[in-house]
Amino acid sequence: MQFVDLANRFKSNVRVIAYGNTVQEADGKSVMQMIILAAVEGTRLRIAADGEDAQAAVNELTDLVKSGFGEEMSEHGN
Amino acid sequence: MEIKKGIGVSPGVVISTALVLDAEDLAIPRRHVDDAEVDREVDRFHTAVQRSLAELATLRATMTEKYSKEIGGILDFHISMLKDRTIAQPVVNTIREQKVTAEYAVSVILRRYASNFLAMTDRYLSDRVKDVYDIERRILHNLVGQRQESLAHLTNNVVVIAHDLLPSQTAALDREHVRGFATDVGGRTSHTAIVARALGIPAVVGLGNITTEVSSGDPIIIDGNRGVVIINPDDEQLAEHREYERRQKVLEIELKELVNLPAVTLDGHRVSLQANIEFPNEVDSAIAGGAEAIGLYRTEFLYLAAEQEPTEEDHFRAYAESLTRLKGRPLVIRTLDLGADKYTQSKAAVPERNPFLGDRSIRMCLHDIPMFKRQLRAIMRSSVLGDVRVMFPMISTLMELRQAKMILNDVLEELEDEGQPFRRDIPIGMMVEVPSAALMPTQFAREVNFFSIGTNDLVQYTLAVDRTNEKVAGLFCPAHPAILILVRDVIRAAQRNQISVSVCGEMAGEPLYTLLLLGLGLTVFSMNAPDIGEVKKVIRSTTLEHARHVARKVMSFDSERQVMHFLREETRKIVPEAF
Repeated sequence: MQFVDLANRFKSNVRVIAYGNTVQEADGKSVMQMIILAAVEGTRLRIAADGEDAQAAVNELTDLVKSGFGEEMSEHGN
Repeated sequence: MEIKKGIGVSPGVVISTALVLDAEDLAIPRRHVDDAEVDREVDRFHTAVQRSLAELATLRATMTEKYSKEIGGILDFHISMLKDRTIAQPVVNTIREQKVTAEYAVSVILRRYASNFLAMTDRYLSDRVKDVYDIERRILHNLVGQRQESLAHLTNNVVVIAHDLLPSQTAALDREHVRGFATDVGGRTSHTAIVARALGIPAVVGLGNITTEVSSGDPIIIDGNRGVVIINPDDEQLAEHREYERRQKVLEIELKELVNLPAVTLDGHRVSLQANIEFPNEVDSAIAGGAEAIGLYRTEFLYLAAEQEPTEEDHFRAYAESLTRLKGRPLVIRTLDLGADKYTQSKAAVPERNPFLGDRSIRMCLHDIPMFKRQLRAIMRSSVLGDVRVMFPMISTLMELRQAKMILNDVLEELEDEGQPFRRDIPIGMMVEVPSAALMPTQFAREVNFFSIGTNDLVQYTLAVDRTNEKVAGLFCPAHPAILILVRDVIRAAQRNQISVSVCGEMAGEPLYTLLLLGLGLTVFSMNAPDIGEVKKVIRSTTLEHARHVARKVMSFDSERQVMHFLREETRKIVPEAF
């Protein structure tokens, strides 16, 4: 839940998109949605944020995922 | 309009507005609210979430020190769920769009998540469904909690609709505004029935699914005489029941005229009619209803009304208030008779397999002597304020009685050492409600000053019938010849040993049994105050000689049907309007 906690510290909206068998999107600030998303293991994730602190949000969240989960990811901020 | 048939357990007719109570662990029915109430429901949801968060924060603070980090992590997850806008937002939307209660919306949204979780293949993740249920229960609990609070401060008259009323709920009722009860389950001697009769308000139980068919705010008629509930009545029904209500009031006035007349038979035999109460403030209405004394003060409500066990001072205040209101009239205090009820079972660490045969009543007290002593100390301290008598419930062996008396003696010594004033000579009695005691009344009579026959439990234990189980409740009948033999023998043993004996179960308040009990030699009847008028009417309309004749005849019957039929005929002869 570290991810959700961190996401909630930013003002920006955070979306997490998982490219598994299907493409799923979750609200990065929602523990419920993230649980459902995280069910897909070894998936490529994309973290997107929009808002005033979007860049910081994407950077920090990406670092967290990289350190914690070591999964393949791509970065994208806007 | 819809008419539903149940069991009328407390007489009277009331036309009022429904207030539906949710109970924990039950499916939450879809329940619509008015446009005007939508905002209030949203507020209730937010308040419940805030309270749940506060509870979890407190729990979290104590937990992490004591337990592993893992549990702290689970609580953090619960906190995250409560803060999750993908829960809060859909709940609020559901309330607003579908115009439903907060309870319903919370259930729908969380159960949707739960089914998503369940569908996951990852074991760890699918196990999280338990956390979802847990958080649902916590929010609902806080929503129900608000409801219970609001029950204590009502502004309009209502009838309470519930699955089954819990003692803790009735203890919190606003007695001014609650005018009737209707419940899904229950029987003639269920808690709801007892409370309704004590309050003198109509009640219908065993209605099946009334909680799902009525919404709060619906107009409703409760007819406790005929066991009927009418939801959204039409004009014709309303008119008919207003007339009915009016006639009932006339009858009540007639009975009130009897209040100040003594309970004496036509041939001059005097008996004492007393009242059973739960709260000190019932004393006034009991006296106003014609009670000469309080023959049974049930002290359980002291335990049920508060969150924690009452202190000695809580006990003392209640007894002192009752005695002050009684102005010298006797007060029989029954020591704690809890256990074997939903309330204690739900609190127990390990629910008992057979609670009615388990650790209840005097047994519970003898297992928790400090608690028992707190109550006994308060009773003895109050003895200087009036005519107090103490009574031990559910005595089944002489050893139990002797143990209880020994503890009482300890209390007397303690009070003496402390220099507290008390009366040493207060009468000590016991309930005769277990067959083992009723079968050897002579031995018990030598060791107490009075008996009180508790017919409800005596019937339950003798006939092996759970009176709250609708399927067998029909077998529950005080007219069973086996019960009558026990009652007769207990009265006889008391007379031979020159101690007083009363009946304080439901039987005492039913005019159907008045002739019989009178004929068996009973001189003290203790009942719910609203029943005193009718019982007195029967007593004043007969002679002791005739009652004895009726009793002899009844004792020759071998089935409860014969007994009831005969008693009904005989009572109708002397008081035609009784049935």
